[in-house]
Amino acid sequence: MSLRSKTNELRKRMKNAASGGGDKAIEKQVAMGKMTARERIIALLDENSFQEYDLFVEHAAKDFDMDKKYLAGDGVLTGTGLMNGYPVCIYAQDFTVAGGSLGYMHARKIVKIMDHALKLQVPLIGINDSGGARIQEGVNSLAGYGEIFYRNTLASGVIPQISVILGPCAGGAVYSPALTDFVFVVDKISKMFITGPEVIKSVLGEEISMEDLGGARVHAAITGNAHFYAESEKECFTQIKTLFSYIPWNNKNKAKAYPIKMPKSRTFKIGSIMPSDSKQPYDVRDVIRAISDNSDFFEIQAMFAQNITIGIARVNGETVGIVANQPMYLAGVLDVDSSDKAARFIRYCDAFNIPLLTLVDLPGYLPGIDQEHAGVIRHGAKLLYAYSEATVPKITVILRKAYGGGYIAMCSNHLRADFVFAWPTAEIAVMGPEGAANIIFRKEINEAADPDKMRQEKVEEYKTKFANPYVAAAYGYIDAVIEPKETRRFIVHALEISKNKIIHNPDKKHGIPPF
Amino acid sequence: MEENINNDYSDFTIGDATYRTILTTKFKSRKAYSKIKIKEIHSFIPGTITEINIKAGSKVAKGDIILILEAMKMKNKIIAPMAGIIESVNVKIGDIVPKNSLLAVIK
Repeated sequence: MSLRSKTNELRKRMKNAASGGGDKAIEKQVAMGKMTARERIIALLDENSFQEYDLFVEHAAKDFDMDKKYLAGDGVLTGTGLMNGYPVCIYAQDFTVAGGSLGYMHARKIVKIMDHALKLQVPLIGINDSGGARIQEGVNSLAGYGEIFYRNTLASGVIPQISVILGPCAGGAVYSPALTDFVFVVDKISKMFITGPEVIKSVLGEEISMEDLGGARVHAAITGNAHFYAESEKECFTQIKTLFSYIPWNNKNKAKAYPIKMPKSRTFKIGSIMPSDSKQPYDVRDVIRAISDNSDFFEIQAMFAQNITIGIARVNGETVGIVANQPMYLAGVLDVDSSDKAARFIRYCDAFNIPLLTLVDLPGYLPGIDQEHAGVIRHGAKLLYAYSEATVPKITVILRKAYGGGYIAMCSNHLRADFVFAWPTAEIAVMGPEGAANIIFRKEINEAADPDKMRQEKVEEYKTKFANPYVAAAYGYIDAVIEPKETRRFIVHALEISKNKIIHNPDKKHGIPPF
Repeated sequence: MEENINNDYSDFTIGDATYRTILTTKFKSRKAYSKIKIKEIHSFIPGTITEINIKAGSKVAKGDIILILEAMKMKNKIIAPMAGIIESVNVKIGDIVPKNSLLAVIK
């Protein structure tokens, strides 16, 4: 055979292997409003940068007449490419091939590209669109999942791992996304659950649609399993590219610095965001945008536990992770979900050398039987743990209320914040004036001719004396009390001076955080 | 994301102080606490009732097997939490019961 005919043979084979599940299956995929696996990779990566590997991999299953079936690429595409000009490893399950089901060779392809990512120290992107385990391949299919989970765990905190859910992701398959850093979902397309509606119906007799059980909105707003929610696959890909513009490529490097841009101070006037009545709400994202470069803020888990805001921005060209109580929702209290949300993000930032900026304004922890019984003690402890163990630069700005346990938890000096600044509006005390007055002056209030008037007087007395930043500043727990308009300047300087920060926590295999 | 911005703010009291804020959907839909009633026997797992050893008026001793609830491929023995007389049996054989449904009451 001549080289030419051999080349033609190769081309023919490639075309066949790249044909997915055939025209009919592709039509079905499109009818569901979904792109094909190949289209997705091409849309996501830089133009012409995708290099595919293992195109000719085939399954080796024999049972149930599987030996008579050809599954193109065994239902998954794997390869490398560029994202914003930097290298990434990627895989995309192909729903048109046997429903994207995960068999042994399918998993081997994924595992191989994961090993590459870890070895080459580049991010891993997984696009999930699969009916689940390939039942015909039995325990080999389970082995495949296990190998993926194991690698997800080893790679965690070493290279960025993101999961894009663009179809069903059910049963054991959901645990790979859950182990990765960020999960992206798309309205009406993403479906994630451990047991599906049919099983739930047969076991419990409860009827629920796939969308209501584990649709994109459910995971973005209720479970907290998803970090980014999009209306379309296209919007989702834009979010991924934006995320990658902010994060470092592995845990040995820092995020890429960008040219410095000043905040849009005409739109976000830092001096006039805070209402004069300390019981009135405001949107803490306005404070963030008044500080960040170009007033950009890339919010994470925007629909989940809205009483705490987390996200990434740049300050003076450098990526900063931001954690802020959000008085607009539930007065900004800490609770089970918000502690969990913030704690994980803090650990993410710490693992990837992203400095932390904490903005504090909270009345304390959310009271309630449901919170106590849901384990607010152990969930709340995650926040203390995450802040305490983090060795990246930690800068805290107390905007308004910092009472009781909430003051300690929100990256206080005592959890080794490098710099704690407070606005003149800060109220730092063991508890709110109302509660404190009722305890400290109980006797005077009860014995007064007019207890309500006396209580009011005592609340005011306590407020004047303690609901300010100066008591904490007198002990050195606050490094500087600053005017709101100076906030960015102080943060920029603190970041610059913290660049070579080194602290060594005690040697250990690993700690035991209250998971 | 921005969907709740125009929602009405509510009063929200924490530690004797009242704040204006938006209550999240999840907060509003939280379940109210109800005290455990020891005389009411509820299913601890969803499943099928395959055996009933009692009827209204039956006398039971603490630990008696009163029902079998088959769930997750296991036959679970439902035992009397205390001695007493059965006031009502709220299921029949073959019933598929969800979690936390009332199976029987002891008086």
